[in-house]
Amino acid sequence: MNEESVISPELECLLNVELGPDVYEIEKGMVRRFVEAIDDSNPRWREVAPPTFPAALVPTSLIHRLFNAKSRLTRLLNGASELEYFYPIRVGDVISVTAKLTRLRQMEGKEGTTLFMFTEATYTNQRGEVAVKGKNTYIKY
Amino acid sequence: MAGQIYYEDIGAGTEIPALVKYPTTMQLVKYAAASGDYYQIHYDKDFAVASGLPGVIVHGWLALSFLGQMITDWLGEGGTMVKLNGSYRGMNKVNEDLFCRGKVTKKYAEDGKNLARVEIWVENPQGEKTVTGTAVVTLPSRS
Repeated sequence: MNEESVISPELECLLNVELGPDVYEIEKGMVRRFVEAIDDSNPRWREVAPPTFPAALVPTSLIHRLFNAKSRLTRLLNGASELEYFYPIRVGDVISVTAKLTRLRQMEGKEGTTLFMFTEATYTNQRGEVAVKGKNTYIKY
Repeated sequence: MAGQIYYEDIGAGTEIPALVKYPTTMQLVKYAAASGDYYQIHYDKDFAVASGLPGVIVHGWLALSFLGQMITDWLGEGGTMVKLNGSYRGMNKVNEDLFCRGKVTKKYAEDGKNLARVEIWVENPQGEKTVTGTAVVTLPSRS
């Protein structure tokens, strides 16, 4: 079993560095396409984004660096997601997303070496209110 | 949808009306486009199989969206979602039923709000829990 570290200096450098903001204008069509894709016909989602809509507001600045970091682990899965809501995200809002890598954990599992990457994201609206806080765990193996 | 549910109507053990979904590859393509998650394991069967998967698999976020719908359908206009989380423990394949279920584990008042904690999960047709998580919600009161 190959137990050398898969936590590269490139990844370690990202720990606790807040990246972004990635800015999203919440257009009506964007929300409509998301709602159609999740197949949820609740009329409430014509004006307000459904609970998992932050999934579409990708913290690209962080994600590109996480996923493009050189690694011998090539496969990726989403491990867990967590959202906490403070203000609704509405059509017409402008949401700024900042995110950081908070923890790296290497484990030996049945698929061999597995790397857990824990991230946190903050979704802030145009009034400066934190609308949503999110956490996501990505698994490389 | 049934009428508005109230805080007084629920207690530990109250079951949330189940939601059954049947995701197809087309739905995963739509979700990929809507979310920006174009990882090929969700629509390219050859790529998925070469990655050691049984075939294309449902995005974890999409399965969590189904659980979110189950909760917001149940809450109606008067309730709100405070927290939603899910751990992706197994794979959901396309073209088979995906069962969303939930059960209230606790209700409590805090900061003048009527809250409930709901255990939520997704089952595949074999009865395996592929997503497990929690929703915290507020419910309106009759008083």
